[in-house]
Amino acid sequence: ECVEWEVTDGGGSEIMKWNGWGYSDSKFLFNKKGQAEFTGKRYRLSGMIIPGLKDWMEGTFGANLQHKTPATPLLTSSAVQPATLNKAFLEELKSTGIPFSHDAEDRVFRAHGHCLHEIFALREGKFGRVPDMVVWPNCHNDVVKIVELACKHNVCVIPYGGGTSVSSALECPPEETRSIVSLDTSQMNRILWIDEKNLTAHVEAGIVGQDLERLLNESGYCTGHEPDSMEFSSLGGWVATRASGMKKNIYGNIEDLVIHIRMVTPRGVIEKSCQGPRMSTGPDIHHFIMGSEGTLGVVTEVTMKIRPMPEYQKYGSVVFPNFEQGVACLREVAKQRCAPASIRLMDNEQFKFGHALKPQVSSIFTSFLDGLKTFYITKFKGFDPNRLCVATLLFEGDREKVLQHEKQVYDIAAKFGGLAAGEDNGQRGYMLTFVIAYLRDLGMDYYVIGESFETSVPWDRVLDICRNVKARIIQECKDKGVQFPPLSTCRVTQTYDTGACVYFYFAFNYRGLSDPVHVYEQVEHAAREEILANGGSLSHHHGVGKLRKEWMRDTVSNVGVGMLKSVKDYVDPDNIFGNRNLL
Amino acid sequence: DKIRALDPMLKKRDDFEDMLEERRNSSDLRYALRCYTPVLYKGLAPCKASMLKSMVLQSDQLHHVIGQVSRETGRAADDVQEEASAILEEMAHCLQLSTVRFFAFTLSKVFKTLFRSICVNEEGIQRLQQAIQEHPVVLLPSHRSYMDFLLMSYILYTYDIALPVIAAGMDFMGMKFVGEMLRMSGAFFIRRSFGGDKLYWSVFSEYVKTMLKNGFAPVEFFLEGTRSRTSKSLTPKLGLLNIVMDPYLKGEVYDINVVPVSISYERILEEALYAREMLGVPKPKESTSGLFKARKVLSEDYGSIHVYFGQPVSVRSLAQGRVNRCQFNLVPRHIPRRPSEEIQSFVNDSAYRLVRAQEENMVLKPWVLLASLLLQNHHQDQTAGQKRGMVLEELTAQAVWLRDMFREYGAFLHWPVVLLDICVGGQVKPGEPHSTVTPEEELLSQAVIVLSCASYRNQGLHVFLRPALLASAINAASSNLKQEVFNSFSFLRNMFSNEFILCPGATVQDFEEACYLLVKTGALQVTQQELLVTERGQRTVAFLTSMLDPFLQGYQVVCRFLCEEATENLTEKQFVPAVRKFIIKHLLAGRLRYTEVLSSDLQKNSLAALLRLGAVQKIKGRIKLSKVTYSSVFLLRTCVNLTYNC
Repeated sequence: ECVEWEVTDGGGSEIMKWNGWGYSDSKFLFNKKGQAEFTGKRYRLSGMIIPGLKDWMEGTFGANLQHKTPATPLLTSSAVQPATLNKAFLEELKSTGIPFSHDAEDRVFRAHGHCLHEIFALREGKFGRVPDMVVWPNCHNDVVKIVELACKHNVCVIPYGGGTSVSSALECPPEETRSIVSLDTSQMNRILWIDEKNLTAHVEAGIVGQDLERLLNESGYCTGHEPDSMEFSSLGGWVATRASGMKKNIYGNIEDLVIHIRMVTPRGVIEKSCQGPRMSTGPDIHHFIMGSEGTLGVVTEVTMKIRPMPEYQKYGSVVFPNFEQGVACLREVAKQRCAPASIRLMDNEQFKFGHALKPQVSSIFTSFLDGLKTFYITKFKGFDPNRLCVATLLFEGDREKVLQHEKQVYDIAAKFGGLAAGEDNGQRGYMLTFVIAYLRDLGMDYYVIGESFETSVPWDRVLDICRNVKARIIQECKDKGVQFPPLSTCRVTQTYDTGACVYFYFAFNYRGLSDPVHVYEQVEHAAREEILANGGSLSHHHGVGKLRKEWMRDTVSNVGVGMLKSVKDYVDPDNIFGNRNLL
Repeated sequence: DKIRALDPMLKKRDDFEDMLEERRNSSDLRYALRCYTPVLYKGLAPCKASMLKSMVLQSDQLHHVIGQVSRETGRAADDVQEEASAILEEMAHCLQLSTVRFFAFTLSKVFKTLFRSICVNEEGIQRLQQAIQEHPVVLLPSHRSYMDFLLMSYILYTYDIALPVIAAGMDFMGMKFVGEMLRMSGAFFIRRSFGGDKLYWSVFSEYVKTMLKNGFAPVEFFLEGTRSRTSKSLTPKLGLLNIVMDPYLKGEVYDINVVPVSISYERILEEALYAREMLGVPKPKESTSGLFKARKVLSEDYGSIHVYFGQPVSVRSLAQGRVNRCQFNLVPRHIPRRPSEEIQSFVNDSAYRLVRAQEENMVLKPWVLLASLLLQNHHQDQTAGQKRGMVLEELTAQAVWLRDMFREYGAFLHWPVVLLDICVGGQVKPGEPHSTVTPEEELLSQAVIVLSCASYRNQGLHVFLRPALLASAINAASSNLKQEVFNSFSFLRNMFSNEFILCPGATVQDFEEACYLLVKTGALQVTQQELLVTERGQRTVAFLTSMLDPFLQGYQVVCRFLCEEATENLTEKQFVPAVRKFIIKHLLAGRLRYTEVLSSDLQKNSLAALLRLGAVQKIKGRIKLSKVTYSSVFLLRTCVNLTYNC
């Protein structure tokens, strides 16, 4: 709702930034008056002035508008390694008529995800190993042909969907000597059929989230799968990483939504023979595919559950006196199994951050109301502005049920000292989800680097993990010589029966550091160790990629790794899908 | 860095301030009533002592254990819950500022009478203050006197630091009024032993953890478990340390700061009591009337006290790379479990490290040196059958030599600027016993003096312990070969690990440290194969060896007793009186050199060592030589004899 949908075309590097997040026309900047502003027309925040952002950036990071670190503006092709082409493969590929390119820009665009070090390097105009060519199959059969040729000529294939990975999954292994082909699925973006009797849709895996939703909406349906990256991430990518959507409480995560998967592997095509809603036929082969992170093959087509579009949506928000109470409330909501479509709890720092992103209010009346609200909460209710935190809510369904549901949730919240804080705050919270990634680019213009990472953890550990990981980040920054106090904040973004998903945001001002990315990586590494030591998982939905694979063995045991390896060895003995993720 | 770790000389220490000075110059009443606003833990959720109790009673852990006990015994859960509540009632402190103020006033008066000064390192106090804000704090003072914890609270009150809650032995509870007073000044009481009592353990550990996690107050306890009667540090007890480390290991707090505190008394209040106790005169039960009788100590001079607040030690950094905290991922954290081997060894090593940290910052007075020299001299006299003592000039000269050696070994010496003027001329020797009736009585009253003297010497033992073990090992080894010396070092070290603070498993480090120190001071040359004592090292090595001699003889005599005299039915209780009788006999016959071996502490330690080494077994409360390992006793005797032949 907050995004103006637009079909992103495959090669779309004019529409998309080549060295930052999202659309080229949308970005934060400080205008001539020194006020922050968000450009473009795509988002609710677009074209607005954000008066609080400058102070927040200066106050939080010690950043200074005078100290800029601009990115290299243009991609210089000469800085890109020349392509290593496999002539025989190329010849035969040409005869299939499948489009391909070995243009430097196309290759660089598909050589990275959105990890900090990847974007940082791009901004500096530095490129490591990049794919040697890009192919754009148009359908399942094209993929079959490409994979056959790759096997025949021993070419390495790296599938590419939306490019929103944050696990170094798209990085080309520098030690790879074979020709690397980036298989871009963006042209496989059709809904092949919709089955209204069974409420399923059969979709090509290259379709991007927002297109899928928009096209289904036209027929009155939705999947309800809305990961924060849904503007750009693809269905195939979701399957390959075990993605999770914001509204999973109603619709489920990707593993709950998928009915049938078709994947092309070096051994051939893997798929089930029917679409029964549940099967007892040995271990579910879908679970070898989901989370395989492009190491086994290319997902080409997926049958997904669809639902009629919700009649009514309502945002909401609750302010709690402190984070502890907030978590206790979320736990109770999960216990009673009455979580709304989405419920997220921000800690105090993030609440302040959200506050700083409030656009300029148009009327005196609204600003007066805001003041009154603040007064009520802090003075009248005695909430400490440095401790309070806020939960954002999204309810969906038919109107009556939504209102009933809303009341139930607010009643629980009240037991934990929560005060309803209005729809507007809630809606803004969710809108920020989409623009927050743009904000990192702004930070990077001013010596601030940062990233988010996630985990899942049992309920009894939530508070401990939040406290300890945040403290660890601060301590590590100090130990590593970071000159300014970092931003170390978290939020609980999903609730489950037995636990929750927690997101950490971490950013700091790197002035005075000679190798800021290395420092960043060390701190993130330490934070991950802390997460694991506190009973958190290696990942809730970002995946392992290459960034986190050192912990795989501890996570799934030796036998577990052996199992996965033996599957890989059977399916892809020559390591054609050689992105070296996961294992 | 390795050098820094090995070389104690490189340790930097803070300066002291006398906190009594201000007390002598301003009103005690005003001091006791002044505004007290300590800095608190940043994560503190404010709560009262009474709220603490209900938090404990409602905790998941206790809830779980109550259920378990109820199922196991068939008692109603409510009944068990009530018992838990009663245990907590008996245990809990009720810290009250008014009582603390009362103590502040009274203790000011008492301290000024008893002590010349109470010196505190104020930088340490500042570090502590910082530490308290950041993370929950555990205070670990050394334990030489009942005075210790009153003194600690007194100091913390004076410097406006959060008052600690203190784990105290139940014996105090016997002192009706005093017990309650102590409770109101922050003491909580634990039974001395509650081995199998799950419920008690659960209430106790949860109580301590709750206070710690919430940052209610610094938790204070004595790692050594009880007062050291000998002025040597005692082998650390691990129970409470396990409990206070648990919240960190389970991720319930980010970190815990542990602060070792070294309290050095110039003269310990209980000095004479301790010696008598070790010779078999039982200690009087703590009672209020006893306390009043003890007031005559007020008329004596106990010199000064030095209290050194050590560097706070982060449990997180101690555990870094040692403990895999993931081990708590698969079982709910509130279900009590035996600590894993990994954790046991971690806690054990940490405990030793912390006791060593206490030792390192113990302030040594000239008396310690003099007592060491006089005792050695006394023993030489005894062997020679003379009673000549030492000429003051000679003593002074030796003391200066020893002082330099202490310094080189990194001891924390407090050497007066003005040279001693205690005795003018004449000879100095351990005092003469008063006229007595039987030779045995004479021996015992002589022993009181020797043991008191030894307790001064013992204060400095830790400085020389490793080099002394090496020196003895060199003497005992059949050759100068490094490997042989190491073997006998390792044997001695192992044997003495109940006697001194020697961390299990650190033999190689200790050996290296000893070699380093002896080489550094020019007493030893180390070649590829051999260890050679240098010309000028002879005196050092002789001194070091004779430091350990009394202990060696003590162990030897216990072995001999067990081999020669122990009957089939020797119970643990009978052991000390029996061995004492045996020793008195031999001392009177002139077959033993060291009166010190009469110390029951030494005897108990040697028995514990023999049990640990498997030379002796305990079967149904009776002590028996193990047949299988008879050889190890033999080995022990051989070693001891070897040492003697040198």
